[in-house]
Amino acid sequence: MKPAPFAYHRAATLPEALAMLSEGDETAPVAGGQSLLVLLALRITGFDRLVDVTRLQELRACRETDDTVFLGAAVTHAEIEDGQVPDPSQGLMPRVAAGIGYRAIRNRGTLGGSLALSDPAADWPPCLMALDATLVIAGQTAERRVPVRDFHLGPYTTALEPGELILGAEIPRLPEGARWGCAKHARKSGAFADSIAIAACPAPDRARVVLGASESHPRQLAETSALLSRQPTADESALRTAAAADIAEADPDADAWRRRCHLATVLKAIREARR
Amino acid sequence: MTEISVTLNGVETTVAIEDRTSLADMLRERLDQTGTRLGCEHGGCGACAVLLDGMPVRSCIVLAAMADGARVETLEGLLEDPIIAALSKTFHELHALQCGFCTSGMLVTARDILRRHSAPTRDTIRKELSGQICRCTGYVGIVNAIEAAGRDLASNEADKGTETAAP
Ligand SMILES: Cc1cc2nc3c(=O)[nH]c(=O)nc-3n(C[C@H](O)[C@H](O)[C@H](O)COP(=O)(O)OP(=O)(O)OC[C@H]3O[C@@H](n4cnc5c(N)ncnc54)[C@H](O)[C@@H]3O)c2cc1C
Ligand code: FES
Ligand code: FES
Repeated sequence: MKPAPFAYHRAATLPEALAMLSEGDETAPVAGGQSLLVLLALRITGFDRLVDVTRLQELRACRETDDTVFLGAAVTHAEIEDGQVPDPSQGLMPRVAAGIGYRAIRNRGTLGGSLALSDPAADWPPCLMALDATLVIAGQTAERRVPVRDFHLGPYTTALEPGELILGAEIPRLPEGARWGCAKHARKSGAFADSIAIAACPAPDRARVVLGASESHPRQLAETSALLSRQPTADESALRTAAAADIAEADPDADAWRRRCHLATVLKAIREARR
Repeated sequence: MTEISVTLNGVETTVAIEDRTSLADMLRERLDQTGTRLGCEHGGCGACAVLLDGMPVRSCIVLAAMADGARVETLEGLLEDPIIAALSKTFHELHALQCGFCTSGMLVTARDILRRHSAPTRDTIRKELSGQICRCTGYVGIVNAIEAAGRDLASNEADKGTETAAP
């Protein structure tokens, strides 16, 4: 379980990091290393050089406006869990953070690393999609903004171009009194999800229900979200029908067991959001 | 080779390592801190838990170079710690180990649980411990020992009034 040799460099400034990353695809950013160092140890992937981005002030920054909170990419899961950074989500993000892996993983793993990896079973992608967040991404020459709903393209596949870094996520605030629910099904607490569902309702007539841990990337469940927005008190059998149709579309290759996991998490998340 | 410095169990330590060296391998192979165990070497079992700047991490998936300039504590450096002392006593009394392979990681993690939750419930302990694998005990003794140590520390605390036990 030893990775092949590589060079490690702790970047001091953002331009320095971006310059090193632009030198070719044998250089990769490393944040918490809680996925990348595992993949390197298993020799599933290999790089000649790792550039540590966790000390860059741009990626550590958090900014608040009346409507949004910006969380830097290098903010850790544990910092979100413990409320050491502002929470735009009325408690949803700390709750999701607390369910990621184990505390030792959360002390190192970062928001940006999780989004960039785009593991189908990861917790942040569906959560930030339900919150309608937008990622701020820096390349060597320009910065761009990509909504999370357009960022995840497939398993381990994102809209990031070679050499780009996620600076952070701009997350619209859920207003006070807004409802949310989340449900994760896994073999044991802290394991990657078999299914994960997040329901966020910024207003009584606006619901976003997102399913994660499909074979691919998280998706907003269109019919379920529309039904819940139109009819916040819709009865569970109607929701069940809508969710089953959405699930068939979001995870077409799921077997019967996985479909039942999905249906269970979606209904549980909605129940919590309506309590 | 890259030279790095860490404060290991309170002692300023400089060591030359390959960049790919994990913190665990540096501790065990270069600095003779073999209390830190390696089970899976890819983040899955928790045997290699150490404290990095006071927080538990899995030393098999932290590079030694990432720890440059940081404080590292292994179980060897925590023997005088009051929470570890309470845990050692209850682990011994309540059969929380058999072969002992998982025990350093269990103690480092249990200490963190007791620092973040005072007198935690069994449910909290089980959830917080879910990343630590033990192939011998069946966990019941470990959960009992952490629960008992939590109770002991909380009652010492109550006896002492407002003083805090955790350093
Ligand atoms: C035992 C275990 C259990 C886990 N359980 C869960 C779980 O239940 N749920 C879950 O969601 N995750 C889980 N994880 C993964 C964990 O959350 C990781 O922290 C996360 O996936 C990656 O974050 P990182 O900061 O460690 O990134 P790294 O491992 O450092 O990097 C991951 C990838 O992102 C790239 N990258 C990092 N930062 C940036 C950036 N700013 N811009 C562009 N690219 C970047 C890297 O090049 C790499 O490709 C688990 C991990 C372990 C070891
Ligand atoms: S040896 Fe580090 S987690 Fe298993
Ligand atoms: S006591 Fe043997 S692995 Fe836990």
